[in-house]
Amino acid sequence: MINFDYLRTASVNATLDAIKREPRAAFIAGGTNLVDLMKRGVTSPPRLIDINNLPLKNIERTSSGISIGALATNSAVAINEMIRSDFPLLSQALHAGASPQLRNMATVGGNMLQRTRCTYFYDTTMPCNKRQAGSGCGALGGYNRMHAIFGASDKCIAVHPSDMCVALVALNATAVVRSNKGERRIPFGDFHRLPGDTPQTDNQLKAGELITAVEIPSNKFQQHSFYLKIRDRSSYAFALVSVAVALSIENNRISDARIAAGGVAHKPWRLLNVEKALTGQPASVETFQKAASIATQGAKGYGQNNFKLKLLPQAIIQALETASS
Amino acid sequence: MGNYFFETEGPIDRVDGKQKVTGQALYAGEYPLEKLCYGVLVGSSIARGNITAIATKEAENAAGVLAVITHLNRPAIPGYTGEGDSGPAGMKLMSSPAIYFAGQPVALVIADTFERAQHAASLVKVAYKTTESSTDLSTQLSKAAAPRRGKSEYSRGEKNAYKKAAVWIEEDYVIPHEVHNPMELGSITAVWNGDQLTVYDKTQGVKASQRSYAQLFGVPQDNVRVVAPFVGGGFGMALRTWPYEVAAVMGARKVGQPLKLMLSRSQMFTLVGYRPHTIQQVGIGATRDGILTGISHDATAATASYEEFTEGVVRMTQFMYSCANVDTRYRLVPLDVSVPTWMRGPGEATGAFALESALDELAYKLDMDALDLRKKNYAYTDPESGLPYSSKFLMDCYDQGAEKIGWYKRNRQPRSMKNGEWLEGYGMSSGVFGAHRPAATARAVLAADGSLLVQSAASDIGPGTGTAMVKIAADVLGLPYDKVRFELGDSRLPPAPTQGGSGTNSGVGAAVHDVCTAVKEKLILAMNEGKAGFSKQPQQEWLFEKGRIGNGAESISFSDLLKNMGQSAIDLTRDSKSGEERQKYAFYSFSVHFTRLWVHARTGVVRIKQIVTVADAGKIVSEKTARSQMVGGAIGGIGMALMEEAVFDHRFGRMVNNNFADYHIPVNADVPDIDTIFINKPDPYINPMGAKGMGEIALIGYAASVTNAIYHATGKRIRELPVTPDKLL
Repeated sequence: MINFDYLRTASVNATLDAIKREPRAAFIAGGTNLVDLMKRGVTSPPRLIDINNLPLKNIERTSSGISIGALATNSAVAINEMIRSDFPLLSQALHAGASPQLRNMATVGGNMLQRTRCTYFYDTTMPCNKRQAGSGCGALGGYNRMHAIFGASDKCIAVHPSDMCVALVALNATAVVRSNKGERRIPFGDFHRLPGDTPQTDNQLKAGELITAVEIPSNKFQQHSFYLKIRDRSSYAFALVSVAVALSIENNRISDARIAAGGVAHKPWRLLNVEKALTGQPASVETFQKAASIATQGAKGYGQNNFKLKLLPQAIIQALETASS
Repeated sequence: MGNYFFETEGPIDRVDGKQKVTGQALYAGEYPLEKLCYGVLVGSSIARGNITAIATKEAENAAGVLAVITHLNRPAIPGYTGEGDSGPAGMKLMSSPAIYFAGQPVALVIADTFERAQHAASLVKVAYKTTESSTDLSTQLSKAAAPRRGKSEYSRGEKNAYKKAAVWIEEDYVIPHEVHNPMELGSITAVWNGDQLTVYDKTQGVKASQRSYAQLFGVPQDNVRVVAPFVGGGFGMALRTWPYEVAAVMGARKVGQPLKLMLSRSQMFTLVGYRPHTIQQVGIGATRDGILTGISHDATAATASYEEFTEGVVRMTQFMYSCANVDTRYRLVPLDVSVPTWMRGPGEATGAFALESALDELAYKLDMDALDLRKKNYAYTDPESGLPYSSKFLMDCYDQGAEKIGWYKRNRQPRSMKNGEWLEGYGMSSGVFGAHRPAATARAVLAADGSLLVQSAASDIGPGTGTAMVKIAADVLGLPYDKVRFELGDSRLPPAPTQGGSGTNSGVGAAVHDVCTAVKEKLILAMNEGKAGFSKQPQQEWLFEKGRIGNGAESISFSDLLKNMGQSAIDLTRDSKSGEERQKYAFYSFSVHFTRLWVHARTGVVRIKQIVTVADAGKIVSEKTARSQMVGGAIGGIGMALMEEAVFDHRFGRMVNNNFADYHIPVNADVPDIDTIFINKPDPYINPMGAKGMGEIALIGYAASVTNAIYHATGKRIRELPVTPDKLL
């Protein structure tokens, strides 16, 4: 049997000590992804550190915005009144993800750290550089309908599966992480990384670090936010393409725009060029079409996912229209 | 027909519903037996080649392991006769080093707990010599050949006559590899006691399974008992005995303990059959006013290299429409995949997608309403046999369905109906399946307390067989439902057919009807002999109501009558089967499906907004369960049309989406309100109830109603299922 230790910690400091003692340990919160990975033999940490008792569930207003504890569940965040009124994009993105049962278990920190859903990553008899460095990328030349069109490498074309993170990157969130050395703040756009030559590493989190919170600065996007998720069925499916749109519109002119896409890259993909094309322009279909037309600059299809090159601009136009109306 | 239509109690609830939803129903993998051990199968990671070495020591030495069985040490299975790795029961389990498909069982690990068995299975190391595999039908069409068994070609009139028609189309239609995957996993618990075998089995036919195990393990049939009172869905996957079941029975004998084996969800995708990838071409032509002058239908389907599987893909084309010139051809391509099996609707559902799509295409080319085209070519006698129909109310299905959905109110032009950003479309299609009456036997015991027990070795994989049988028995004898109990799913009960091909309600229902009628006749005889002690005698016709028999003025309970007869019970058994009516009439059930949907113009997302599904299935025995059956068929059809596709990575010959996260079936949010309409007119010839089968027609044709509606909405004709959003961009 593949045995593992199980340790439940009561404080952040105790948790940080515990991970220092056993750096190969994995934190477990909702466990909605980790348990699957362990069952499939993708990962086998010698120790699980259950962090569910840590006091990291609060959602609080701060002087500059809002702070969401890393252990707040996806459903708790999605239905929170402050989130719904001030950051509706995040609430929408969370509701677009998974199923109610999973959202009740899954946490904000866990959502950020979930692994790709690439089928080659989960099937241990298949090649996958992310799972086993040097074994090859099964999806290149294989089943890559769900895969990346931005920022992929010849080592990995997997996508990050989260909806929540797409909204958070659009909202310029910050990840707050703690280690024995103290606290560190990572801009959300830098938190996840591109695969490059080391696709086995999903993000910038260092050994011994624990996500404690996500902070979102206040914004003026309440009236014009929309999360559009295109998928193969109406619920409980990962995005073919998703688009998070947040606009600030004054006198029918776009004064500020944020756009990020999901299902297109190894990380939630901010579309800065599209934002730039929107800013200062009238909120019109013409503007949206023009801006969307440059969305796939630098994008590349791998065969089965070529449709995303067409779908992404269409989804952007749709999301912009809905958000602006 | 007997006096079946005496219905006293109204709609009946599922008799086993409470047991099922409260967890009291025991399924094949849930029997709490002493000394139970657990089997886990190790699957081949390659699709074709040979095992060159198999290391089992580590697994054998792992904690709790009782046995590791491979082709090197497998106990003999007496029923595995003949040469080669395939026999009457399909692939011979672990009979040689040869690998025929990815996932093929190469080792069985048995341990004292499931977890230990699973872990030990991961320790079995297999080395292979890999041969290049071929799993892609579309690249192997040149290897298509007629099946070894059965007729592969059919024609009446002139071949390829459609090409001479004033208006014709010729198109290819493709359905992918689809899997059954009922909620309950393939499960079996096998218990040997000397040479007596008891099997708790996920099976659609306890009698067939009993015969199969007796043959395979060389014991008399009476020594084998197969028990399956509850089956958590089947859709065809449990129509035969699979190698995993043979492994469990063999393993239990080897270790001398009861053994349970449940497939994993991913094993469900490769070890228990599927609907095969099929590529079809339909040519269809008509006169300018829409009279069909020729239909040609050519189908090529995947099968396994080690076993041939055939199904009726082109059958519907042969008899659905009045057309003088029809020719069909059916061929197979053996691939390095596991063997397919019947999946709901089976081949007819595959073929109906092609035929019913082609009719829609022809209708548009004729500038004719698709429903009018079908009505114009309505078959009033069976075009294949020339026989009259036993009953056919398909025209009523067309009319009632069209009325309900507002078919003729739509604007027929493609892409003409809009609703904001959404394009709206209407589509329709038809389905047909033979209405059978398999032979069955039922026993009825009217007990001293006036309650009735009816028994037959039928199965209930979900349609509500037990419920329908209670309804029939109660209706025949005028008993309250709660006074009737129906026992099924045990090979010790009187024989019944395997549940498949929409035959159970008809065949077993007839047996239940007949045996209950025999009980009733005994009671009538007693009444006529004055056993009730009524003041007035005799009576022409006795009223059977609420467990009593009366003449309007006086009545007596069954219980008191039995007492007066000096009998503690009436215990009768009756065989029931079809007769020469099968030679005189053509027996079919019919369905018509209407779908209204929206397609998002920018993103290709499809939302089904309304479904009307209409059945001519003769007399409806139990309306509530019948409705569930039709609803389930439509939902399966949504999956077939929009979502379901088992994807292979042909480089490895392996399926890559063998899980429920990646292989999509509809969720509740994909399913709109579904209107079901039953014509509910009895068939005068099929059986005493006048009830025809419904399981297949609920699905057959449905997918085409969706693709036809998508064409109406968008002007895009999708001929390859499933229609995912990318295909509509």
